[in-house]
Amino acid sequence: MQEFEYVAPANLEDAIRLMAEKGPRAKALAGGTDILIQLRGGRFQIDRLVDIKKIPELNELSFSEANGLTVGAAVECYRVYEDQTVQKLYPGLFDSASLIGGIQIQGRATVGGNLCNAAPSGDNIPSLIVQEAVAIVAGPNGRRNISVEDFCAGPGRNVLQEGELLVAIHIPTPKPNFGAHFLRFIPRNEMDIAIANSAVSVLLDDSKQHIVSARIAIGSVAPTPVFAREASALLTGKEANEASIEEAAEATKAAASPINDMRGTIDQRIHLVGVLTKRALRTAISRAREG
Amino acid sequence: MTTTIDKTAGTPGKYKVLGTRPVRHDGIEKVTGAARYGADMNMPEMLHGKILRSPHAHARIRSIDTSKAEALPGVMAVATSKDLPIIQARELNPGQGGPRLLAENDLADKKVLYKGHAVAAVAATSPHIAEEALALIAVDYEVLPTVLGWREAMKEGATLLHDNLTEKFSATRGGAGEDTGNKSNVASHLQLKMGNVEQGFKEADTILEREYNTQTIHQGYIEPFACTAQWIPEGRLTIWTSTQGIFGVRGNVAAILNIPESMIKIVPMEIGGGFGGKGTGYLEPVAAVLSKKTGHPIKMVMSRKEVFEGTGPSSGTSITVKIGAKKDGTITAAQLGMIYEAGAYPGSPMVGGVTSAVSAYKIDNVLIDGYDVVCNKPKTAAYRAPGHPQAAFAAESALDELADMLGMDPMDLRLKNVAMEGDRAVTGVPHAHVGLKEVMDVMKAHPHYTAPLGGPNRGRGVATGYRLNGGGSGSSATINVLANGTVNLTTGSMDLSGTRVAIAMQVAETLGLTAEEVTPQVVDTDSVGWTGGSGGSRITFDTGRASIAAAQLVIEQMGARAARLWEVQPEDVEFVDGIFICTKNTDDKFTFKELAGKLMTTGGPVTCSAMDTQGGVGGALAGNIFDVEVDPETGKVDILRSTVFLDIGQAAHPSYVEGQMQGGTLQGIGWALNEEYFFTPEGVMANSSLLDYRMPTSLDLPMIDTVIIEYANPRHPYGLRGAGEHPIIAPLPAMANAVSRAIGVRMATLPISPGAILEAIEKKNTNK
Amino acid sequence: MSEKIHVHTTINDTEVDFLAESRQSLLEIIRDTLGMTGTKEGCNDGNCGACTVNIDGRIVDSCCVLAVEAEGKNILTIEGVASPEGLHPLQQAFLEEAALQCGICTPGFIVAAKSLLEREPNADEARIRHWLAGNLCRCTGYDKIVRAVLKAGEVMNQGDGAGRATTAAGAGPTDQRDVYND
Repeated sequence: MQEFEYVAPANLEDAIRLMAEKGPRAKALAGGTDILIQLRGGRFQIDRLVDIKKIPELNELSFSEANGLTVGAAVECYRVYEDQTVQKLYPGLFDSASLIGGIQIQGRATVGGNLCNAAPSGDNIPSLIVQEAVAIVAGPNGRRNISVEDFCAGPGRNVLQEGELLVAIHIPTPKPNFGAHFLRFIPRNEMDIAIANSAVSVLLDDSKQHIVSARIAIGSVAPTPVFAREASALLTGKEANEASIEEAAEATKAAASPINDMRGTIDQRIHLVGVLTKRALRTAISRAREG
Repeated sequence: MTTTIDKTAGTPGKYKVLGTRPVRHDGIEKVTGAARYGADMNMPEMLHGKILRSPHAHARIRSIDTSKAEALPGVMAVATSKDLPIIQARELNPGQGGPRLLAENDLADKKVLYKGHAVAAVAATSPHIAEEALALIAVDYEVLPTVLGWREAMKEGATLLHDNLTEKFSATRGGAGEDTGNKSNVASHLQLKMGNVEQGFKEADTILEREYNTQTIHQGYIEPFACTAQWIPEGRLTIWTSTQGIFGVRGNVAAILNIPESMIKIVPMEIGGGFGGKGTGYLEPVAAVLSKKTGHPIKMVMSRKEVFEGTGPSSGTSITVKIGAKKDGTITAAQLGMIYEAGAYPGSPMVGGVTSAVSAYKIDNVLIDGYDVVCNKPKTAAYRAPGHPQAAFAAESALDELADMLGMDPMDLRLKNVAMEGDRAVTGVPHAHVGLKEVMDVMKAHPHYTAPLGGPNRGRGVATGYRLNGGGSGSSATINVLANGTVNLTTGSMDLSGTRVAIAMQVAETLGLTAEEVTPQVVDTDSVGWTGGSGGSRITFDTGRASIAAAQLVIEQMGARAARLWEVQPEDVEFVDGIFICTKNTDDKFTFKELAGKLMTTGGPVTCSAMDTQGGVGGALAGNIFDVEVDPETGKVDILRSTVFLDIGQAAHPSYVEGQMQGGTLQGIGWALNEEYFFTPEGVMANSSLLDYRMPTSLDLPMIDTVIIEYANPRHPYGLRGAGEHPIIAPLPAMANAVSRAIGVRMATLPISPGAILEAIEKKNTNK
Repeated sequence: MSEKIHVHTTINDTEVDFLAESRQSLLEIIRDTLGMTGTKEGCNDGNCGACTVNIDGRIVDSCCVLAVEAEGKNILTIEGVASPEGLHPLQQAFLEEAALQCGICTPGFIVAAKSLLEREPNADEARIRHWLAGNLCRCTGYDKIVRAVLKAGEVMNQGDGAGRATTAAGAGPTDQRDVYND
């Protein structure tokens, strides 16, 4: 691996300064399960690695009815999926955080890092999109909020400016009659990169028979995870039944623009997006009804 | 669940030690982390070596400039093919094989023949600096067209990998063959025949013809190649390495470096998996050269990417099968065309495929053509029953489909045609005392075979796998008797899987000791007689027999000591159930332990060595039954139930026999469902990591039930057969048969990935 | 030569100081600098679990951790699993159940399984398979590994509560053979 400087600032201000000083030659280190492998493989050259794990604010995992869930950028996947609030109110995030890598990876990898890594297949990203998550970012010019659906710019690229750091991900408190689910397809049963994935969320009316609103996001089928806006809108006001599910799943396929590679083909990925979305919708609806 | 079925009509428990399950002697070191594997050497003054590998699949090396790398602080030496004496001494003749060819694979000379081919090596004070130095070596390549696989290689006018490779033709197994003089990427063509296939097909009521394809796959041992070399200036060369055969390494290193074998000591480290792939070394001569240049010990450890790209995988194949049968299931003829990719240099396991494909069956008319074809992929190496799994995938898939066409039960079709002792296979060799029918009978009668499948989208697949083992290469063993009545057993057989305990148990059985009273050790090339590599399922058998022979010498010598004490003739002493008895006065008795305590006063220590070069572990049959459920919307295969069968003759340590059966099943499942080298059109392996080269995880498999069949092998004193290779053969066709039955489409290409299954289902639905 | 950073950490209940380059992984330091070679390298990219260690109660792949990140941490490696009183029930069960062949993956499996059984000694087959999915074994087909972990869980439930076997000493190998004659 190339040489670089390792720094572990204790507060956000120092971290931003340390990042900004080196511009594109600085990267943030959270769980390291992506970036260390990329550095070892020579994917990019850096001068400085800024370990953000010693910054208290970035380790925050908290919930309040009024403000929703805050997941600090350095919070590991296991903390997220072992959290009872997440298990209860953020079932899609629970699903995705608990199937990234194996137990060893989940002990280190962070939800924030998964987002910043911006892989088309990043399992948490569609889950965050369908729960309307917002990335809170801090940089030399202050703080700004970015919707997660706008966060990724391309394979391995995000919209962070030089010197900017992800501080936390904020997810609003779901309303009653809300349900979500995340599914991915991998050839093995663990330790694999999704050939396609799909996250959905639904909000039902009080009768639990109609969909008030829904969100569908898919991954591994485009340069970035995609919010399937049109397909999601199709479900608004629809009866929560198999016909609506089929229609939305079919429409979701149109949001996919995949490539052929060693992990899967275009046809396979588009097909799988439809299957996964359909299945995820079924579960999300039943979760909303049970909730 | 474990079942043992004794087909020898003997009494269960006929042995005291064999068939029990003692804790392996090397176990504690391995569960505590104390055992030392290839990469675990740390020596004072040690440097780290790294290899520069070709980015191109096919290119001529115009020049190599190492000056910048040499100038990097921390770099102590750089080596290229110029430093390997055998390369400087003579031109490569790729048809000849041997150490000259191996050297070319260790460091390429004039041409690189695959992406990942070693080109140069650096020794530096840290592995990171060595890596940085690699980037500073400038290699000027003239890039040549990539010959990516057998299809391109065998095309009319194909680019030739080797200017001086000519096709050899042979009509017998093993012969050198005749040189056709034709320059070609086909290194050899083997044709075996029996009877008259044209006549045979005329007699058939039903004929099936299909083509089966498999991809390049890797053994996937978890321990990457690693070694440490120390060449004392003007002195001897010592190499600590993870290998399946220390004497093979010694011979090759001596030849490549042009030094006498007596100057070399190879010390075996524990080996973290080999499966045939570590029968060949890559790093040792390079590490030795770097050590000589620097005067320091050199440690070299491959990365996982290097393991995939730079070591020998197993062949991609294309096999055509034409098979005909009468209405009653009698197979009248079989014709196979078997193309095996050898990778960069000749030497695919094609012969293993040709000789085994249909050899478990009595077929009067057989014609098999096998081709060993070079292409721009890594040079293939052995992988568990080399060449057999690909062949069985074709043959046993065809049998399954033929059974359907005939309206027969797949096991009935096999049993109808099973070869019996004395029947000749296409090799011309009559079958020995092998339990082919016995295994098939047990499979058919097993409850799994007739259990209800219990749901839609499910299928059951069955297949057998015949491992045709030939000669062994020889093993040596030494036994030293200790005064406390225990013995030390010394062998040169690398223990890949628990062979130490299995061999020690044979010695214990012979000497009337417990397994714990025998201490087995695997020692270096200076400390034991020549011993061939750990491969070919021969270790428990060959080294076992050598060890039994040494134990018998121990009994003889100790008997003579007893005779001396009793003042009788040696022939008046018998050894029964671990006790020396005087036949002249049966009150005179010594236990082994009592007599062991008297050795120093009756003539000194007893130390006995023996060797076995007879070999002949012989063939044996294994089989698998799988139940699968396929998700028709995603193509995902869920394995519901798995049973594996093996004729082991006599299980030495049943747990480790079961382990072989379960491990072989795992590797076969991986091969069948997901594993493959995914090459770009430029010949670059795109999935050279354990993330994307998808080996089965614990979550992908059910428990693997085992059925051990003990049909004693007359060639071994205790009836043992080999276990190491057989269990990887049948899982390929058994899984293909299971999935094919679950989805109603015949899957004839491996891997049967979810994508392939989806496509097949789609095609079936469109054609309806 | 790049500047080295001083790191103070605790490994297997012993305080350890070492110097590391920032680019060196924890795995590299444990093996090469500290000479504790029980932790193995199989892939160096977090996909095989051979380098599993436990840091502050969580298992991680030590190839995916920088050595400098170990500052102030409490680390357990395979060398710290057995005690002077004897083997851990998992180690004993791996021996008795023949849950290893080549043994290279064994340290990673034991460190990973220990972490599971300390949380959930009653973990069933499905849970064990899920927990160990990040550890690759190429020899055993996982069958005997899963059985060994199940058995160790039973022993730990009956044990003295400190994760130490009370019955393991002297326990012979189980003979699960079901012999048929025909």
